[in-house]
Amino acid sequence: MSGSVTSDPPRDPNSEVAVVIDGVNKHFGSVHALQGLNAHIRYGCLTGLVGPDGAGKTTLMRILTGLLTPDSGHATVAGFDVVGDNDAIHVATGYMPQRFGLYEDLSVMENMRLYAQLRGMDADRNADLFAELLDFTRLAPFTERLAGKLSGGMKQKLGLACALMARPAVLLLDEPGVGVDPVSRQDLWRMVQALTDEGMAVVWSTAYLDEAERCDSVLLLNEGQLAYDGPPGELTARLTDRSFRLEQVGDSRRAVLAEALNLESVSDGVIQGAGVRMVLRAHSGTEQITALADRVEAHLRAVPARFEDAFIDLLGGGPGGTSALAEGLPPVELASDVAVSCRDLTKRFGVFTATDTVSFEVRKGEIFGLLGPNGAGKSTTFKMLCGLLKPTSGEAHVVGLDLRRATGAAKGQLGYMAQKFSLYGLLSVRQNLEFSAGVYGLEGAARQARIAEMVEIFGLQTWLSAAPDSLPLGYKQRLALACAVMHRPPVLFLDEPTSGVDPITRREFWTHINGLARKGVTVMVTTHFMDEAEYCDRVAMLYRARLIALDTPDALKRGAVSDLRPDPTMEDAFIHLVEAEDLADDPRSGTTA
Amino acid sequence: MAQHNSYFAFTRLRAQFIKEVLSILRDPRSRMVVFVPPLLQLLVFAFAATLEVRNVDIAVHNQDAGRWSYELITRLDRAEFIAKVHHVTDSQALRQLIDQGKVIAALDIQPDFSRSIAAGDNGRIQVLIDGRRSNSGQITTGYLSAIAAEVGAEANADAGPATPAAVRNWFNPNLTYRWFIVPGLSGILAFFSALLITSLSIARERELGTFDQLLVSPTSTPEIIVSKSLPALVIGTMLGLLMMAAAAGPFQIPFNGSFGLLFVSLVLFILSVVGIGLMISAISATQQQAILGAFAIGVPAVLMSGFATPVENMPTVLQWLAQAIPLTHFLIIVEGSFLKAMSPGDILASLWPLALIALVSLTMAIIFVRGRLQ
Repeated sequence: MSGSVTSDPPRDPNSEVAVVIDGVNKHFGSVHALQGLNAHIRYGCLTGLVGPDGAGKTTLMRILTGLLTPDSGHATVAGFDVVGDNDAIHVATGYMPQRFGLYEDLSVMENMRLYAQLRGMDADRNADLFAELLDFTRLAPFTERLAGKLSGGMKQKLGLACALMARPAVLLLDEPGVGVDPVSRQDLWRMVQALTDEGMAVVWSTAYLDEAERCDSVLLLNEGQLAYDGPPGELTARLTDRSFRLEQVGDSRRAVLAEALNLESVSDGVIQGAGVRMVLRAHSGTEQITALADRVEAHLRAVPARFEDAFIDLLGGGPGGTSALAEGLPPVELASDVAVSCRDLTKRFGVFTATDTVSFEVRKGEIFGLLGPNGAGKSTTFKMLCGLLKPTSGEAHVVGLDLRRATGAAKGQLGYMAQKFSLYGLLSVRQNLEFSAGVYGLEGAARQARIAEMVEIFGLQTWLSAAPDSLPLGYKQRLALACAVMHRPPVLFLDEPTSGVDPITRREFWTHINGLARKGVTVMVTTHFMDEAEYCDRVAMLYRARLIALDTPDALKRGAVSDLRPDPTMEDAFIHLVEAEDLADDPRSGTTA
Repeated sequence: MAQHNSYFAFTRLRAQFIKEVLSILRDPRSRMVVFVPPLLQLLVFAFAATLEVRNVDIAVHNQDAGRWSYELITRLDRAEFIAKVHHVTDSQALRQLIDQGKVIAALDIQPDFSRSIAAGDNGRIQVLIDGRRSNSGQITTGYLSAIAAEVGAEANADAGPATPAAVRNWFNPNLTYRWFIVPGLSGILAFFSALLITSLSIARERELGTFDQLLVSPTSTPEIIVSKSLPALVIGTMLGLLMMAAAAGPFQIPFNGSFGLLFVSLVLFILSVVGIGLMISAISATQQQAILGAFAIGVPAVLMSGFATPVENMPTVLQWLAQAIPLTHFLIIVEGSFLKAMSPGDILASLWPLALIALVSLTMAIIFVRGRLQ
C-alpha cells in the first residue's frame, strides 16, 4: 500500500546498524540529562525509547536529529555523524517532535505541500506521493480540513505523513502516542509496523510502559542512564514465576494491598480490578503471599509478568504499602452518603461540545476514575464539578453544594490538584506551602505542624528554599499533592496526578490515594493511563464528550471478553467500547478515521 | 463554619498579600517593568521633551541696506531661541533652506523696508514658516512678531511714547516648561506603573494555572481583589512620592500646596487606577493580552487627561469622557499643589471624582472576576 514511500532507504549495505550511540553525555546546567549512553539501533526494527518523563528520551532524539550537540561522545545516524555531517542528517532522518509543527490555519493538504516545499520538493509533481501518504494515513477524506480542527490522533498521523515526506532511512517519533485515543494509537502502530517491514529503522519514544512490549527492541532510560537494552521479552522473562494475582479479593483489596506491600518478599503490587497483583523479590518464596491468600480466603494465581513489573524490579522495587499521609488523618465524616454528583452535565464552547449530558453519582470513600483520551472532556467535567466552569446546562454538586455559589467554608471541603503544574514559580517551596495553608485558613501552631507533616511525608526537606520550577517532576507533583491535601479535605479532585512521573512515584501516589480512601476520603481522579483505571472502584469512560460506560473495572473488562482475548486489558475494554460507540454513531462504516 | 467570616478572613488575606508582594519583587522582569522605565522616563521627559522652541535656525534674505533692517537682524542674532541666522542672497535659496528643513522660518526683507519706515509708513517683511512643524512654527512666529514689535516701537519712538504691555506670568514667572511638565509626569508615570502591575496580576496567575487553584480555595472574590490591590497601591504610591520628591528636590520646582491633601489624592488616584488595571486583568486570558489592554486604555487616557492639550479644547462628548479618567483629576491637583497653593476646597472638587472612580472601578473588577467564572 505504501510501496514508494519507503521503498528505497539509502541504507549502508555493509551494516544493518542504523544508529550508533557511543558514550554520549549531555548536561543542561546542573542536570545530567544523558550519562555515557552506548547503544545500537537497527534497520527494519521498531525500537522503543522507553522511560518516564525527564529520563532523557527527548534529549537523545534531538541529538540523533542533529538539533543538539552532545557534550562528549559520538553518534552516527545512517552512517552520518550527527555533528560532522549535520546537513546529511536532516536528509536521512524523519523526525516527529512531541508537538509536530503543523500550521493550524492551513488545511491538511496545504500543510503537506508546505513540508514538501521545505524539503525542496516540487509539490505539484508529487501528487502520487501525496496520494500514497494520504492513503497510508487514512487522511484522504480530510484533505480540506484545517489542521487545527483535526483530532489528536489525526494530527499525529498528519505529522507522520509530513515526516515521511523525504523518505527517511531513520524515522524518529517522539511520544507519538500522547493525546491520541486508543483507536488512533492502534492505527499508528499499524503504520509503523508497515514501515519497519520495509526496512526503515523506527524509534518510538514513550512514557507508557505497556507500549514497550509492542516494540522489537527497547532502550530503557532512567535518569539519563540506560537501564536496559534488548528485546522487551527478555526483560520480562527475568520475572518468570514472580508475578501473582490474588483473585476476587473484593472490598478489602486496598487493605490487602497495603498488607502485601509491607511483606518482605513482595517488591511491588497494584490493585487490578477486584484483585491484587503482586511481584515477588528475586529469590523470594511464595510462603508469605500464600499465607496472606489463605487468610483473606482468596485464590492466588500466577500471572504473566509485564514490562512495568520488570522496570520497577530494575529500579529496586516499589514503595511500602503504608501511607503516612492517611495514617495521620482522622476518619472522614460526611453528612450525606453521596459525595459528588452530576446530572445531565453539559458544556459547550461555541459549536464545540466538551461535555455532553454526563450524569453520575460518587459515594463517600470511593475512588472514582474518569478515563479517556486527551480532549475527551475529562478536565472540563472536572472543572464544572469544582465550580471553575459554569455548565451550559445540567447540575454539579460536591457534598451536596453547587461550588460556584458556595461559601468559603464549603470550598474548604474540597482539595484540587490541577492537571497542569500550578504553583507559584516565584515563591519558594516553603512559601508555596505557607500560602496554601494560609489560603485554607490554617493558623499558628496548627499551620506549622501541618506544613512540617507534609514536608516529612513527601520528603521535601532538601527542596524547601528551592523554586518549584527547578524541582524534578516527581517532586513537583508531590508538592502539588501536598498543597492540595494540607487542609485535609473530605473530597479530593486529582486531575492527571501521575501524568509524566516515574512508575515508583506513581506507586507512591496510589499508596496515598488508597490510604486516603480507606479513611473515607472520596477521590475523583482522571487519568489517561489505562492500567491506572484498574486501581479505581468505578470508572467512567469518556469519549468525544460523552459518557460511554460507567462500571467497575472488572465489569468493563468482562464486556470486552472474546475468543481472541480471554483476558482483556483496560485498553482492550476501552477500544471495544469506542468501536461500539462509533458503530452506533455511523452504522454504515465500522472503522474510525 | 460561621457565615460572617466567609468574605474576609485575616489568615487568608495575609497569605495572599505575602504571595503578591513576593511575586512582584522576585520576578526580575516585573521589577524592571515597574521601577526602571518610570525613573528613566522621568529623566528623559524632564530634560528632553519640551514644547518650547529653542536652538532653531532661521534664514534671512535682506534686500534692504537701510538702518531698520540692520536693527532687526542684529536683534535676531542676539535672540536666545535662534541658534544661527543664515544670510542668503536670493529668494530661491530661502525656499531651498525651508524645503530641506534646515530653517524653521525665513524672512524676506523688501528693498524699501527702511525707506517706508522713515517715511512714517509701516515696514513690511515677508515671513515664511515651515508648516510641517506647525506648533513650533506658530511659536516661532510669536517670537519673531515680538522682535518685530520691538523694532517697530523703536522706530516710532520719535512719534510718541511707547505703550509697553508689561506681561507678568503668575505661578511660573519665567514660563519654565519643566515646572509645568514634571509634576504632571509624576502622575502619568505612577499611573502606568500601577496599571501595569495590576493588569498583569490576574492574567499571570491565569497563565500559571494558579488562578483556578485560588478559585477552588475558600478565598472570596473581594479577598482576591483586596490582596491584589494592596501591593500595587503601595508600590504606585511610593513611586508617585519618589517622583514628587525628585520634582521638589533636584528639579527645584516650588511646592506651595498642602502635602497631606496631595498624599490623600495620590492614594485615591492610585486606587482608582488599580481598579481599572484589575478590570483589564480580569478579562484577559494571557499576560500579553493584559499588556495590550493596559496600553490600549492607558495611552488614550493620558492624551485625553489634559496633560498635553487642554481638556476644554476637546469636543463636549470627549470632555465628559475625560472626567472618567482619574488622571484628569489628579493632574489638576498635582499641578495646583506644586505651582500654586491650591485651596482645600478646590482640591476637594477634584478629589471626590477620584473617590467615585475608585469605588466604581474596584466594584467592576470584582464583578468581572466573578463574571469570568461563569
